[in-house]
Amino acid sequence: MTDLTKLTIAQLRDGFQAKDFTSVEATQAYVDAIEAHNAAFNAYVKTTPELALEQAAKSDEKIAASNGGKLEGVPIGVKDLYSTEGVHTQACSHILDGFQPRYESTVTKNMFDDGMVMLGKLNMDEFAMGSSNETSYYGAVTNPWKREGERTSNGPALVPGGSSGGSAAAVAAHLCAGATASDTGGSIRQPAAFTGTVGIKPTYGRCSRFGMVAFASSLDQAGPISRDVRDAAIMLKSMASSDPRDTTCADLPVPDYEAAIGKSVKGMKIGIPSEYRLDGMPAEIEKLWEQGKTMLQDAGAEIVDISLPHTKYALPAYYIVAPAEASSNLARYDGVKYGLRVDGKNIEEMYENTRAAGFGEEVKRRILIGTYVLSAGFYDAYYTRAQKVRTLIKQDFEQCFDAGVDCILTPATPSAAFAIGDKEMAADPVKMYLNDVFTVTVNMAGLPGISVPAGLSDEGLPLGLQLIGRPFEEETLFQAGSVIEQAAGHFTPEKWW
Amino acid sequence: MTGLIDTRTPNPKNFFSGEDHDWELVIGLEVHAQVTSNAKLFSGASTEFGSEQNANVSLVDAAMPGMLPVINEECVRQAVKTGLGLNAKINNRSVFDRKNYFYPDLPQGYQISQLYHPIVGEGVITIQVGPDKQGQFESVEIGVERLHLEQDAGKSMHDQHPTMSFVDLNRSGVALMEIVSKPDIRSIDEAKAYVTKLRSILRYLGTCDGNMDQGSMRADVNVSVREPGGEFGTRCEIKNVNSIRFMGQAIEYEARRQIDILEEGGTVDQETRLFDPVKGETRSMRSKEEAHDYRYFPDPDLLPLEFDDAYVDGIRAELPELPDAKRNRFIGEGLSEYDASILVSDKSIADFYEKVADGRDAKVSANWVINDLLGALNKAGKSLEESPVSADQLGSIIDLIKDGTINGKIAKDVFEIVLEKGGDPAEIVEKEGMAQVTDTGAIEAAVDEIIAANPEKVQQAIEKPNMIGWFVGQVMKATGGKANPQAVNELLRKKING
Repeated sequence: MTDLTKLTIAQLRDGFQAKDFTSVEATQAYVDAIEAHNAAFNAYVKTTPELALEQAAKSDEKIAASNGGKLEGVPIGVKDLYSTEGVHTQACSHILDGFQPRYESTVTKNMFDDGMVMLGKLNMDEFAMGSSNETSYYGAVTNPWKREGERTSNGPALVPGGSSGGSAAAVAAHLCAGATASDTGGSIRQPAAFTGTVGIKPTYGRCSRFGMVAFASSLDQAGPISRDVRDAAIMLKSMASSDPRDTTCADLPVPDYEAAIGKSVKGMKIGIPSEYRLDGMPAEIEKLWEQGKTMLQDAGAEIVDISLPHTKYALPAYYIVAPAEASSNLARYDGVKYGLRVDGKNIEEMYENTRAAGFGEEVKRRILIGTYVLSAGFYDAYYTRAQKVRTLIKQDFEQCFDAGVDCILTPATPSAAFAIGDKEMAADPVKMYLNDVFTVTVNMAGLPGISVPAGLSDEGLPLGLQLIGRPFEEETLFQAGSVIEQAAGHFTPEKWW
Repeated sequence: MTGLIDTRTPNPKNFFSGEDHDWELVIGLEVHAQVTSNAKLFSGASTEFGSEQNANVSLVDAAMPGMLPVINEECVRQAVKTGLGLNAKINNRSVFDRKNYFYPDLPQGYQISQLYHPIVGEGVITIQVGPDKQGQFESVEIGVERLHLEQDAGKSMHDQHPTMSFVDLNRSGVALMEIVSKPDIRSIDEAKAYVTKLRSILRYLGTCDGNMDQGSMRADVNVSVREPGGEFGTRCEIKNVNSIRFMGQAIEYEARRQIDILEEGGTVDQETRLFDPVKGETRSMRSKEEAHDYRYFPDPDLLPLEFDDAYVDGIRAELPELPDAKRNRFIGEGLSEYDASILVSDKSIADFYEKVADGRDAKVSANWVINDLLGALNKAGKSLEESPVSADQLGSIIDLIKDGTINGKIAKDVFEIVLEKGGDPAEIVEKEGMAQVTDTGAIEAAVDEIIAANPEKVQQAIEKPNMIGWFVGQVMKATGGKANPQAVNELLRKKING
């Protein structure tokens, strides 16, 4: 019998339809795989096998009655950032110890309504703050990929990227058929690039933020990480919706993204922004980018050079806006209402003790930065200027799109996955922040961006290319993304676990 | 905020006396008015007063992770309506900001407010100060700086447990309008008149119930003193004053305190103070240095609040008649300025009066409402809502006078009976035999008897026609006050003067 965990969502769907196997069988295969291998990756922080099998049995009934939904019976992992009713939801922070919401996030509700089987909650950087999944209270996640020649359980462990490191690792290691993730500055696309998976951050407002633990409200956006472009399209179709409970959520119909896959890119104009060619960028990244151009050109697309002049200001401005919003969003974790409380002599001391114990170093750093930039006397110099930069970045993109560019091709990350506990990154947080240099611009402008695996590094690690599209034109990204996927092929880690 | 502009000419009648010179008060008020709405500003939770603790709390109010605010359109309408009632500029685009601070009754760790772009801009409130001894009112225009929408906080209770404080979130997230005056107020009477007028306007509009004792309306009072007409002094802000009387006491105390400091050569520190109604004094809460840094920034969970002119026009079309307009109308209908001002001061009084005056004489109706009813209620310590005499009952008493069934004196007795025991005035008159004696035969008999018994008085009355009043009194006495005074008069004149 085939290993059901090897199948894509589309293949599972077709197999369920054809009665080749059942959702219970597929779910059981994943439950077994998680039990056997999660320890090697630390991808799940909470597994819900009984719940999963119960849901799978229901899905099988629906499939038998031919009234299954878009994700009927498909075993999925959910990032710990999504509120799931009655199930562990802590955004991998100590401060939310024991928190189980009495409500369901809109995204997971949409997916449950479509028949999702939830396998459990996935590891992530604490409050989605990080690019390596090392800031999680539940410990680092190990990337299923290791460098060539090091692919043994003793070989140096690499990070899966972050903040959706658990999601990316679980998908790449076949511990779920697909995973929900979220992206504030690159938290879907960078881990996808590091693990040879596909990740799309849709347009800001495409998915509801209701029930997602907030990091930076004006930048946070839900999206999937999956094995291939088609699966990403299937998942996003289910995740996206309008929502009266999130006023920043767009009231637009959700198109059939899957229909975009396989459509020709003939005549499509692909922009290549010169500002993304960084000093000291590894040659292999440069090479990958060139290959990407060729792949799209060979499929009939037109490659045009473009300029996004304010790109260099994006990362510094991001590290003002995101921490500012975070410092306010995380004020609610005060020990008064839920989660961790560390008592003190008085209320101030209780706040201090709770927040000192409950938040990790990176979260504290960003709260401090955010508090500082919003302080009286600094607000205009930092926050107001960062917002102006944001407007300029947005205008850069608008001008290119107005000039007829359909989407923009860039590298997804400036490097391949690095080692867990990398000393340079640990010593200098800015080095870690530079991981998001190609992805933050997209969040700052609210645009959709997809990361598609396009090749391997010299050390045998996956590398991704990013496509950036017009607002609410995710279909273009699926269309062009699948062309890259067709040309580059699929990337599966060599099993060492 | 823009620089302060002095719009007033110093008036000696407002001055506080000092050692070397007089002092002038400068007062600005920030009134927090709870928006009348069924649901909170950003959640669907109920706003009902007096519910069980923490009964009216949604997931949003409790700041559960991932919860998002969604604006309640009804609160927006109410704010726009209030802005129109204050003759203010309505801003078609406004923005919600977060005001960040930690407190257990503020679950989000921030209050959603509007700092940079409020929903309502500058407006004006015309207040009536007075009446003075001549019954005259002084009209003064007080500028409104702005009105913005914001969330209320919950309530901390420190007296429920030996070592812990409890929190009630029923008020958490309830919509407030903060209405900020310009520093145009120059006396305690003006401050009182301002709050009274503002409350009256809000009640007319139905946008706030104005019940200060329930916390639906409270004021932060900014007070400073200066040499009359001089530079503005350093102000102190007295927080959360919850009655008009306390506000007067607080200003009085605070003005004296500041004058004392200045006259001793000291300087007033800008600070936030609290009024203690028991001791009748203000005390320091926190200095300028201790002031919170609220780190305001636009709330990224909410889009800017935008509406078009048609939306505003639609609300404008529904505006009720406001106190100023009503007052002018009443004066036009024959009432004195004094009567009109008293009647319009409270919408319920105006409504009551209008019901009484419907189809009846305005002046007579006003007299009964003001002198008799309000007088009696005042004595009994009752509000108009608790009045045992309805507008219909009072109206029918007036009707009984008009149609000659009873005279004015008996009417007062009927009123007393209705006040005490209730009942239909016409039936009371009937049952108690209080109707005027219009039967001329009966009156004539009484007149004849009195004339016969007092021949010398008759003689005097012939010489001095005013003396007839004595006879009227005797006849009324003899008939138990029920005789129709007009009929008595006529008969007496006929009989005495032939």
